[in-house]
Order: sequence, then structure tokens, then C-alpha cells
Amino acid sequence: MIEIAETPIDTDRLRESLKDPHAGGYAAFEGWVRNENDGHEVLRLEYEVYELLSIKEGGRIIAEAEAKWPLIGVRIVHRGGLLELGDCAVWVGVAAKHRDEAFKACRYLIDELKVRLPIWKKEHYVNGDSGWVNCERCASHGLDRAG
Amino acid sequence: MKTITVRYFALFREHAGTGEERLETAAATARDVFEATRGRHRSSEPLGHCKVAINDEMADWDSPVADGDVVLLFPPVAGG
Repeated sequence: MIEIAETPIDTDRLRESLKDPHAGGYAAFEGWVRNENDGHEVLRLEYEVYELLSIKEGGRIIAEAEAKWPLIGVRIVHRGGLLELGDCAVWVGVAAKHRDEAFKACRYLIDELKVRLPIWKKEHYVNGDSGWVNCERCASHGLDRAG
Repeated sequence: MKTITVRYFALFREHAGTGEERLETAAATARDVFEATRGRHRSSEPLGHCKVAINDEMADWDSPVADGDVVLLFPPVAGG
């Protein structure tokens, strides 16, 4: 399942929710707000989420992962709203019988959700400027930047 | 002519100064709607970097639009 959260992500609770006696492996990814992007000092971030389609498209991505690998549990949570440095912006957790499918599915889920969910990130910089990532100054860098 | 509701998100909304507006148009496809509203969203992005949805379903730029449709124009996404 995928959720959009307007409040801090409780990663401990999410991890506990995936525990299952059949699962021998668990992999999770946390995306954090970092203090620099493309040479600009970042102060905070703002996510705009179109929730209805993010949930629909996120459900499709999870179904694709479940078709590729035998998974026991999958949870995704993405933040909306204002985030400070160090905050967890996205959390992906996968429980499976073995580590191989847990690692692979976790990687697939985060890679796909970054390029498919209707979510936009506005960075607020230390110098007072702000900008939509991938839309303005980053447009010429394409969509596959690490982050 | 048909009446279409266009919804703008993120940078497109800021450029248009509104999140939603009605459009009287002869547009046949989602691509036509994007082009007809270029003066509003002011996108300089290649179309392939943007996404479109019609009536809350992800669509293609070649998808047909009908009278009464709601067309959602998404600038390049940046989740995660």
C-alpha cells in the first residue's frame, strides 16, 4: 500500500507493520532532505502531491513489483508539505522470504515512484531564492539526476 | 467547439496564476490542449518531460479529449 503523509514518517512503526513469520528478509529505503542541490544551499523543501493519482499510480507500481518478485509485504509513504533538512521525504519497505527479492523490489519501487508519481519538489535556498526541481534551472540536466 | 476544464500543477499553476480554468477549444488531443494553453503555463519543457491525465486517469499526449473532459497538465515530476 502507498500513503501520502503530511506529518513526519514514523519509520519504526512502518517497519513493525511489515513483520511476518514467513519473511526472512526486509529491505527499506529512506530518502532524506539534504542541504545542497546542484551547487545551491538548500534550507527546506516543499512537496506538492496530487494525491488521488499518486495513490493510483503507486498502486500500479507496487502491483508491477509483486508480479516480478514473490513479496510478502510492501509499504510506501511519501511526504507532502513543508520539510526541513534531515527529514524523511519518502520511505519504501519490502518484506520477502529472501533478501534478493527484497533488495530488488525496494530498488524498483523507489526508482519508479520518482519518475511516475505526480509529485513536485520546490526547494527553498539559503540565499532566499526558490525553485521547482526539474522544472526551472534543472531542466537542462534531464530527469535522471541522483537524489 | 468543446468546453474543457484544464488543471495546472506546481510551476504551471504558478505561471497561470490559477489551478483551474475553462477552455473553449477545438482541441482534438491532449497535445492540442497543452499547446492551446502554452501562453498560460508558459512551459519551455519538451512535451516528453511533462505528463498529462484526463478525468483523473494517466493519459498520452495523443489521447483524444471530449466536451466536458478535465485535462490535468503536469510539469516534470520530482518525487522522492
